[in-house]
Amino acid sequence: MTSSITTGVVNNVQNTDTTGRSGRNPLRALGNAIRSCLRGPVLAALAVPQLLLLTAATVAASLLGLGVGALLVPPTIVAIRGLAGLRRRLAADWTGVEIRDPYQPLPDAEAGFKGAWKRCQAMLSDQATWRDLLWLLVDPMVGFTLAILPLTVVAYGVLGLVLPQFWQSIADNGGNTWYLWIHVTSSGAAGTAALFGVPVMLAGLAVAPAVMRAHTALAKSLLGPTARAEALAAERKVAHLTETRRDALTTQAAELRRIERDLHDGAQARLVAMGMNLGVAERLVERDPEAAKQLLAETRQASASALNELRDLVRGIHPPVLADRGLADAVRALCMDSPLNVTVSAELPGRPEAPVESALYFAVSEALTNAAKHSGASHVDVQLWYENGTLKAQITDDGTGGADPSRGTGLRGLERRLATFDGVLAVRSPLGGPTTLTMELPCELYSRRTSSS
Amino acid sequence: MRVVLAEDLFLLRDGLIRMLQAYDFEVVAAVDTGPDLLQALLTERPDVAVVDVRLPPTFTDEGLQAALEARRQIPGLPVLVLSQYVEQLYAKELLADGSGAIGYLLKDRVFDPDEFVATVHRVAAGGTALDPQVIAMLVSNTERTKPLERLTPREREVLELMAEGRSNGAIAERMVITERAVKKHTANIFLKLDLPPSEEDHRRVLAVLAFLQVAP
Repeated sequence: MTSSITTGVVNNVQNTDTTGRSGRNPLRALGNAIRSCLRGPVLAALAVPQLLLLTAATVAASLLGLGVGALLVPPTIVAIRGLAGLRRRLAADWTGVEIRDPYQPLPDAEAGFKGAWKRCQAMLSDQATWRDLLWLLVDPMVGFTLAILPLTVVAYGVLGLVLPQFWQSIADNGGNTWYLWIHVTSSGAAGTAALFGVPVMLAGLAVAPAVMRAHTALAKSLLGPTARAEALAAERKVAHLTETRRDALTTQAAELRRIERDLHDGAQARLVAMGMNLGVAERLVERDPEAAKQLLAETRQASASALNELRDLVRGIHPPVLADRGLADAVRALCMDSPLNVTVSAELPGRPEAPVESALYFAVSEALTNAAKHSGASHVDVQLWYENGTLKAQITDDGTGGADPSRGTGLRGLERRLATFDGVLAVRSPLGGPTTLTMELPCELYSRRTSSS
Repeated sequence: MRVVLAEDLFLLRDGLIRMLQAYDFEVVAAVDTGPDLLQALLTERPDVAVVDVRLPPTFTDEGLQAALEARRQIPGLPVLVLSQYVEQLYAKELLADGSGAIGYLLKDRVFDPDEFVATVHRVAAGGTALDPQVIAMLVSNTERTKPLERLTPREREVLELMAEGRSNGAIAERMVITERAVKKHTANIFLKLDLPPSEEDHRRVLAVLAFLQVAP
């Protein structure tokens, strides 16, 4: 069931891609055919590591009962996955067919025999592992035959062409005197055989791309994810999205509550007080002008304080420099305000979407605050750059290190902030420092007005 | 004194025009977008410009950009920039050309018309006036103010007030010391910051730049 679906996909890709193009350009079709012919032996050569690994896997598995197997099985499976990965890459490079990794995620690496046993169990309970083994068994037979077929046929064509020169010595040495259905026992028969040489060669070339496709289809049916594995992967994705979305909503709700509280206790309260003061001043202005003047001065002071509070609030929601100048300058401004000595280098060819920009800005801001509070660092280096569709920030301080995401809530919060946008955080913080935080956010950049420097 | 004013909010623009006129300024142009501001600055060549950072069409730092561009074409054109927020980054950019005649204030400072107008005059006369909040940010940054450690606390205080754009007289009044004592402090500051001898106003600008850590 599954394999028929995947084969269908393979054919579709081929129809729109290689075959379509070669149909228009005979020279390119010939090139494609020759390439396919020559790639055959490479695929055939995979049989050697395949059989070696199959043997290794059998030995390792048979030792499982003795316990040592648990230590031998995981590296063997890793090697098998490496070889399967190579075949997948070749499928992508040579035939444009994408074969996705079918493996379940492995548990986090644990030291010792227990960790090895856990990994071993996880690998063995993964259906994809057994399908890999099946591939190791089937491919050296079926795949090997398919792989060498086109070049063999072409070589047979060449043999036909050279028979007029060599049939005599072949016959004298007791070699095979049959070519196709012709019994080559005279120059005449050899000449007839030679006539068939070119068609046989062409036939070999003609079938080469199709054979290559068949080989890829075989690989895909065994190395690609099954429908069940795809469903599991989709389920995991949904679970991840549900979790990050819940986190995002919780964070957002908390933010809104904070803003509401700040407004209520700050600017709003001050405006009420100002209104009251103005009312009193209005009544006092004739009876006691001095007192009225005093009240008015206080009111002006209160309006300045209210403005200050609003300003701080806005900075916490969406900093004006970020809106004005984008990430690079906003981070530069942030670093100027930091009590630490911070150097910034940024290389961004454009600006990401506002929410992504804001998320990374606040993440960097939090990292700087952490560095100032906990690390005991005096110098921090911030780097921003864009690479392979990912926006990256690296923050390195010369502090005492020992930051642990599993303990501090700050780093966890940072991680959650980034996770909402499918971003990740990596922490390297050996005791004694330095601490390096690396943040990565997949996103696209747009060329709005960018940084001035 | 001829002023060009750039402010996109009608109420504020109107209020500023009235305030400036009450203090005998002649508002030769009141514009509300970045491009209009640049045009007005280049054609009117006012004695001073009062500019809001955030202006249409982009509602980003359009006003700042227009002011910087105008100063590239007319070096030393006095500009007082007003903003809802002050950023050290913007202060540095404004002062970077080292020619002074720059003010950078929070909009709230217009609450005190006397003080505000005095600042406009100082900027028009080639002085530098930074908002106390910018200075507070700078001073709080202990790591980066290390070069200023050679200054005594008294001298630092003088430098801060100098950055706000105050004259020696005003500084003396603030610190309750004689103007001669202020002069002595400023001379020491210039010496300790290795500022080359030149005209007093220019040295004051350079001292503020050193304070902001901008290479003049």
